[in-house]
Amino acid sequence: MNSIKMRVNGKEVSGTVEGRTLLVDFLRKDLRLTGTHVGCDTTQCGACVVHVNGNPVKACSMLAAEADGAEVGTIEGQANADGSLSVIQAAFQEHHGLQCGFCTPGMIMAAASLLKENPKPSEHEIREYLDGNICRCTGYHNIVKAILAASGQEVAPPAMAAE
Amino acid sequence: MPKDGGIGSSTKRREDVRFLSGTGNYTDDINLHGQLYAHFVRSDVAHGRINSIGAEAAEAMPGVVKVFTAKDFEGVGGVPCGWQITSIDGNPMQEPKHPVLAEGKVRHVGDPIAVVVAESLEQARDAGEALEIDIEMLDAVVDMKKALEPGATKVHDDLDSNLCYDWGFVQENKDAVDEAIKNADHVTTLELVNNRLVANPMEPRVAVGDYNRSTDEHTLYTTSQNPHVIRLLMGAFVLGIPEHKLRVVAPDVGGGFGTKIFHYAEEAFCTFAAKALNRPVKWTSTRSEAFMSDAHGRDHVTKIELAMDADNNFTAVRTETHANMGAYLSTFAPSVPTWLHGTLMAGNYKTPLIYVNVKAVFTNTVPVDAYRGAGRPEATFQLERVIDKAARERGVSPIELRRQNFITEFPYATPVAVEYDTGDYHATMDKVLEMSDHAGFEARAAESKKNGKLRGFGIAHYIEACGIAPSNLVGQLGARAGLYESATVRVNATGSISVMTGSHSHGQGHETSFAQVVSEMIGIDANQIDIIHGDTAKGPMGMGTYGSRSIAVGGSAMVRATEKIIAKAKKIAAHLMEASEGDIELKDGQFTVAGTDKSVAWGDVTLAAYVPHNYPLEDIEPGLEETAFYDPANFTYPSGGYVCEVEVDPETGKADVVAFSAADDFGNVINPMIVEGQVHGGVAQGFGQAMMENCAYDADGQLISASYMDYAMPRALDLPMIQVDHSCQTPCTHNPLGVKGCGEAGAIGSPPAFVNAVIDALNRGGHKVDHIDMPLSPDRIWSAMHAAK
Repeated sequence: MNSIKMRVNGKEVSGTVEGRTLLVDFLRKDLRLTGTHVGCDTTQCGACVVHVNGNPVKACSMLAAEADGAEVGTIEGQANADGSLSVIQAAFQEHHGLQCGFCTPGMIMAAASLLKENPKPSEHEIREYLDGNICRCTGYHNIVKAILAASGQEVAPPAMAAE
Repeated sequence: MPKDGGIGSSTKRREDVRFLSGTGNYTDDINLHGQLYAHFVRSDVAHGRINSIGAEAAEAMPGVVKVFTAKDFEGVGGVPCGWQITSIDGNPMQEPKHPVLAEGKVRHVGDPIAVVVAESLEQARDAGEALEIDIEMLDAVVDMKKALEPGATKVHDDLDSNLCYDWGFVQENKDAVDEAIKNADHVTTLELVNNRLVANPMEPRVAVGDYNRSTDEHTLYTTSQNPHVIRLLMGAFVLGIPEHKLRVVAPDVGGGFGTKIFHYAEEAFCTFAAKALNRPVKWTSTRSEAFMSDAHGRDHVTKIELAMDADNNFTAVRTETHANMGAYLSTFAPSVPTWLHGTLMAGNYKTPLIYVNVKAVFTNTVPVDAYRGAGRPEATFQLERVIDKAARERGVSPIELRRQNFITEFPYATPVAVEYDTGDYHATMDKVLEMSDHAGFEARAAESKKNGKLRGFGIAHYIEACGIAPSNLVGQLGARAGLYESATVRVNATGSISVMTGSHSHGQGHETSFAQVVSEMIGIDANQIDIIHGDTAKGPMGMGTYGSRSIAVGGSAMVRATEKIIAKAKKIAAHLMEASEGDIELKDGQFTVAGTDKSVAWGDVTLAAYVPHNYPLEDIEPGLEETAFYDPANFTYPSGGYVCEVEVDPETGKADVVAFSAADDFGNVINPMIVEGQVHGGVAQGFGQAMMENCAYDADGQLISASYMDYAMPRALDLPMIQVDHSCQTPCTHNPLGVKGCGEAGAIGSPPAFVNAVIDALNRGGHKVDHIDMPLSPDRIWSAMHAAK
């Protein structure tokens, strides 16, 4: 067993884990931060994307012990300090970039990393960056729109009723 | 312009806030005090005899509480099937037992053999490795036609053969159809495969069983689209738990697409084990398990013949389909290739004579059941592909051939037992041709040619039967359930409202759109209205969400209950204003007396209902809570025209979808933003089927596409932006909202549009290719091009 410490969403946390415990299981089971999801077992789906030392990481592809001493960010830490939705979160709501919500935390975390690296991505660059995040509900159409909108680029508003 | 919050408004979804902030409550987020973990040990062979299961070593391992096998389930029922089909010869379908854990034999890769329950998941998995299981491998049947050959290995020894049923529809028309095909001026024939798919909602299935010894009450938390149905099936048929002692909760559910309709063995196991061990028991599927235990979809092999007269009028359609049931009958499996498929074979066309034959076959594969569209994509695909081939054979435009044969007068009784109430297929055709700039296609094709690419234009039209379904009709057709929906509208003393609906939302946004309807009817702010679903302890018996039925059936139940509320509230208002009930009007949350300036507010009336001091107690009871059950009079019939434009690289065979347009007629629309999102998602799944996805078995029944490494899920870069339109609206005539449903349309209408586009591109490039089976991978396209040379 390993004793580990890390900062998660700005708070010091600690725990004791088996060597084989994945970071995602430490977050979900030990810290009860259940916003980070598990959608596969082959590191393909991206529902578990978190930030480790500022970089996007699939939390199923890292051992909890490897994150000892790290700065970890999860979906639970993405809202503004006053609790309101961040620009990216709000854009996902505005543009209907989510349906069942299961892939959404990973999408938000990936989008945040993308916009940090590339503040004005093109549609193609957004689609390319999301290669590691699978959504089964939206066809990605509105996710792409939401990220374009969050980056301050012009996007048509959601449809209104037919006249 | 509709006001924000009412019917027709693209109201932002309220549920998004919890999903976006990581505070959703999915089943795997539920952890109960003292909970144990279940690990299922599954067959890695397709067919085998279980000689022995040695559990001693596993049970001695740290943390292990018990190893369960079929022996522990003696006296427990099998997982039931909810629909019975009758064969042409009048016999009921063959219906094998589907045990919770394999009894004596395993029949598909993934069939559960034993379950280890331990203090931690890791301990349960470790002990699973220590089980000593001796299985004698048997020959497996995988190919449906081989499974029906005399002497074929039987999936179930106690059945006569691997034929589940042989269904003919409409049997009385068979001779006339045969005659019409014999006498036709031209018959176009097409043989095709509707590829097996895995639904793949991003949330894997989860079950948590709990038992309260003091009250003898069971609770199951599960990833379900219909918790009441699970309560009924599991309680009555598997475990023998009366419904008042069994609560089923389906909290936030991360997508369903059909595969979370069905009752699964893991749900029964966790409920059973929680009582047996007197501790909560949790099972969380891995994605690898999901591939071999979630019911799969599609998997039809079909021959279709389309007969025409000299003027290209359709005179008859005859189809023969082999439909894979897998190793056991999943909950609604028998209904999918029959009533959800045969009844749709008229499509949008006035073909007078239709005959459908379906042979359902057992094989050593995962059970197959409804997946988004369920039967209707299979019907649409055959028709829209054979029409395209017929147009090519006759040298006419595929657009004009469709138009010429469109149904134009409604109501229209098809020769396959359904009656379309409304539709305007020329309108959706016009719209989609405009959206896709059909007029400019030749110029774009010429441009592609300059760049060495082959451009193709593919059109498809679809009809679907949604709003499932009139109970008396489906009862005659073999359903062992009614298909009404329920709603309870509970108005609180201060005027806020809780609506308990039998529909279930797992991405569809009911919490928002259903509240819009009640808000519109009463005229109070939608934020005063909560939509509650997914818990059998909270709402009346409901049938859940599938078949694009929620707004058409669940929404109608809610409208009926709200109408009862308004009627009673008007009585109270009349009393308060000393007016005649017939003169009371309700608008914007205010009751007024017609022709006067008297008014009382919604909140005054609701308060009076619960503090009935000044109240007509001699006429009506206190309180303001009403329930309605709505049983639809007919199916609803959404329809639409879809266009796909592709560019094929002749060097590699890779087809890129460069544009996609969908013009749908959903009748009235409650929340356009949500409706468009449903179409986007449906089209993406149709794209997956047509271009990428394939659930593949090898000849031994080994599942060779069992993870996201091997099963090609569409990713962001695979898809273009999708143009959608729902301005063509012919409202449903028989439900109060005039709605038709939109959840499955994209997955039904799009696969033939994608394939038609690729075939068009190849033929324009001089490659005489009639058909390529889905998915249209570069390999398959390239091979077809070169085979045709």
